[in-house]
Amino acid sequence: MWMQRADGWSVAVIGSALLLALPVLTVFLGALHPAGEVWRHLADTVLSDYMLNSVLLMLGVGAGTLLIGVPVAWLTATCEFTGRRCFEWALLLPMAIPAYIIAYTYTGLLDFAGPVQSVLRDLFGWTRQDYVFPEVRSLPGAVLMLTLVLYPYVYLLARAAFLDQSAALLEVSRSLGAGPWRRFLSVNLPLARPALIAGVSLVQMEALADYGTVQYFGVGTFTTGIFRVWFGMDDAGAAAQLAALLLLFVFALLTFERLSRRQARFHHTSQRVQRPSRLQLTGRWRGLAVLACLLPLLLGFLIPAAQLSVWALHSAPRMLDERFLRLTGNSLGLALGAALLILLLALLLAYGRRLRPQPIVRLAVNSAALGYAVPGTVVAIGVMLPFAALDRGVDAWLRAWFGVSTGLLLSGTLAALLFAYCARFLPVALHSVEAGLSRIRPSMDDAARALGSSPRAVLWRVHVPMLRGSLLSALLLVFVDVLKELPATLILRPFNFNTLAVRTYELAADERLADSACFALAIVLAGIGPVILLSRAISHARPGHDPLS
Amino acid sequence: MPYPVTSRALLAACGLLSSLFTAPVVLAGNEVNLYSARKEDLIKPLLDDFSRQTGITVNLVTGKEEALLQRLNSEGTNTPADLLLTSDAGRLVAAQKAGVLQAVKSTALDQVIPTSYRDPAGYWYGLSMRARPILYARDRVKPAELSTYEDLAAPQWKGRICLRSSDSVYNQSLVAGMIAHHGETQTEAWAKGLVANLARPPKGGDRDQIKAVAAGECDITLANTYYLGGMLASSDSAEQQAATQVAVFWPNAQSTGVHVNVSGAGVTAHARNRDQAVKLLEFLASDTAQRWYAEVNNEYPVNPAIPPSATLQAWGAFKADTLNVAKLGELNAAAVKLMDRAGWK
Repeated sequence: MWMQRADGWSVAVIGSALLLALPVLTVFLGALHPAGEVWRHLADTVLSDYMLNSVLLMLGVGAGTLLIGVPVAWLTATCEFTGRRCFEWALLLPMAIPAYIIAYTYTGLLDFAGPVQSVLRDLFGWTRQDYVFPEVRSLPGAVLMLTLVLYPYVYLLARAAFLDQSAALLEVSRSLGAGPWRRFLSVNLPLARPALIAGVSLVQMEALADYGTVQYFGVGTFTTGIFRVWFGMDDAGAAAQLAALLLLFVFALLTFERLSRRQARFHHTSQRVQRPSRLQLTGRWRGLAVLACLLPLLLGFLIPAAQLSVWALHSAPRMLDERFLRLTGNSLGLALGAALLILLLALLLAYGRRLRPQPIVRLAVNSAALGYAVPGTVVAIGVMLPFAALDRGVDAWLRAWFGVSTGLLLSGTLAALLFAYCARFLPVALHSVEAGLSRIRPSMDDAARALGSSPRAVLWRVHVPMLRGSLLSALLLVFVDVLKELPATLILRPFNFNTLAVRTYELAADERLADSACFALAIVLAGIGPVILLSRAISHARPGHDPLS
Repeated sequence: MPYPVTSRALLAACGLLSSLFTAPVVLAGNEVNLYSARKEDLIKPLLDDFSRQTGITVNLVTGKEEALLQRLNSEGTNTPADLLLTSDAGRLVAAQKAGVLQAVKSTALDQVIPTSYRDPAGYWYGLSMRARPILYARDRVKPAELSTYEDLAAPQWKGRICLRSSDSVYNQSLVAGMIAHHGETQTEAWAKGLVANLARPPKGGDRDQIKAVAAGECDITLANTYYLGGMLASSDSAEQQAATQVAVFWPNAQSTGVHVNVSGAGVTAHARNRDQAVKLLEFLASDTAQRWYAEVNNEYPVNPAIPPSATLQAWGAFKADTLNVAKLGELNAAAVKLMDRAGWK
């Protein structure tokens, strides 16, 4: 038997998961088209490069974001040092910068013609042959750029996990004589594993789906390959097959990730969850801690933002007009609406899977969570095709029976766009919510049920208050992601509707970086407010704090 | 309140959703709907002029041409779009092949647009021209050393050329043009020679190539002229400075002419506002619009009677390739594969 019983929860979860998986399923359907001799050509020429570059990019960005995100999360969550309160939210800022913008900015600064190398040449009288300067526009450069804007995902989830860890455990380890290092390595880190894995898989999926940065840097990956085959060689079938291959790879990765932590339990075992006291850092350690937090902030935010500001100062008078306010309003409205909608969906799916851990439910949720690894354009087309088919069907049916034409009902509306955001960014919220849920003891559910609560009441009255930190993280991540989302917005938006990200892209794509800077900065500024607010809320939502106060 | 976040979330989401399911009902009125691959800044002012003159409202969606074409395709007979505008002739040919365009006859258009820049049956019309000549460093290259695109594969240029990646549709078009003139075998040998002469692996945009030449990373490159024009007018003084160190050379003057592509437009097969769309098309080919492309974006007018802007005139006159630009679209896939084989990243 597939299911023990077809109850409301299973149906709701499987139904919405399948709906959300629609774009991805469309890709697989497209992959069934026979492709021409393109595969032979790819295998003979560039396929091995695509694979190698994609894997290296994914591993590099994964390692890089862990290396930055985990230490700073641990420092701000468990230690006390100069500027700690400020770093807590400031370290999130780089994620408000679209990856391709940081890539353009650093290229402008560091390439051969840029100010850094020019000054070096003038200073020492060097010519091109006299010195070796690391090339920004390369695979390591792409890894660095993506790491700088993506580490906040790991930081945010890791920090929430560290804040959640009970004081009791740490006190036990302290009383057993474990120093801070030992506690970090053998208590904090293993306990935070679900959050770390969630963060890194998000980051790796985003790195795989990146198009703007790798394309600009001339690094051929699966994603650039998909577009090259699709548009350059005009072979949609082969492009869909490449995309399907990418999806299978991610699916395998996610399954492996789940299997690897299947046996482990990460929830609190004690009743009392107390706020651990912070480790007061002094002297050399304090200096190192400040440096460790300052460096990613400097490279990921301050330097690019400073460069953008310099550009914006020159171009703002020309570029800012009455349209600017409307763009900002559109961007904020879309981001907020999508973030709330996605959060609800993520909560439904994550709780549904906890409630009904049957294979079919798990499979459905897993396939709904693939959209993040697919390039945004592919997801958008995956939304466009079924929606247009639906519109055509309804229109034909109504014309045949009632003689009225409805035209397009969903295509070209904000509803289609919101759906695309859901399909693409659900995994972001889902990972965060699931990481949070995994830290709640199942016996809590049992206790509440035994006291007569319905599953829904357990969710609203037990889980949601306990999950506040994870829910807010999810909201923040999705909000910022939608704020800077480009490809789906570009393809699916209605007539006469623009966002900050679209405007930034249009100018940057015309290589008018100075002119695009105002709008890129506006995205960053629009993201800062929520970052600060939510970061404070997350700090206050940790265990030991009454979430209702 | 026991669960503040989600109850508010629910309310907001419901409110937002209910306001969204009002699809734009497309009625044939005094308006025209445009899918444009030209960026908003490079078309909107003209559309505003058109609306002022005719009283016809223009609704605009911009985007990448491939995506717009896909949207047009999937919307089928219900598409709201009346006119498709792209910045590459190849995509117009693809649209025509996909059956989403219709032929329109207009003497006004036929009179001002030369035959090599439009479809013989009237499925699409070129509106502005983009040339991709050789750009060189003034202080390191004498124009006398330069002659043709073909010559760029010669050993004298070893380590002196910068190029953009083969993902760029401009390079794909250029190679498609080479295939049209010389056939695949000869073009592939040429592309291999060109790749062997590169100073560094291909990367960056057209402006980056120009900056690299100015800074001395390489001596020559291929770029569309409007990028050089954009840099000369840039608010970034470093870009302006770099642009002045680079000059334009018009290659192939004795043979095939300079590689050109057009931005152009075609009326969609299921246009509900066909007449307004044709009117807009005629407006975009009119003298004022032709001058506007040149003044604002340093593109060349397709109408030979319109003199190019002062910036364009300063770069001198040139002989453009007379190959019908439709050919570039047909050979695009072959060009991309050829570049893969030649190792042009």
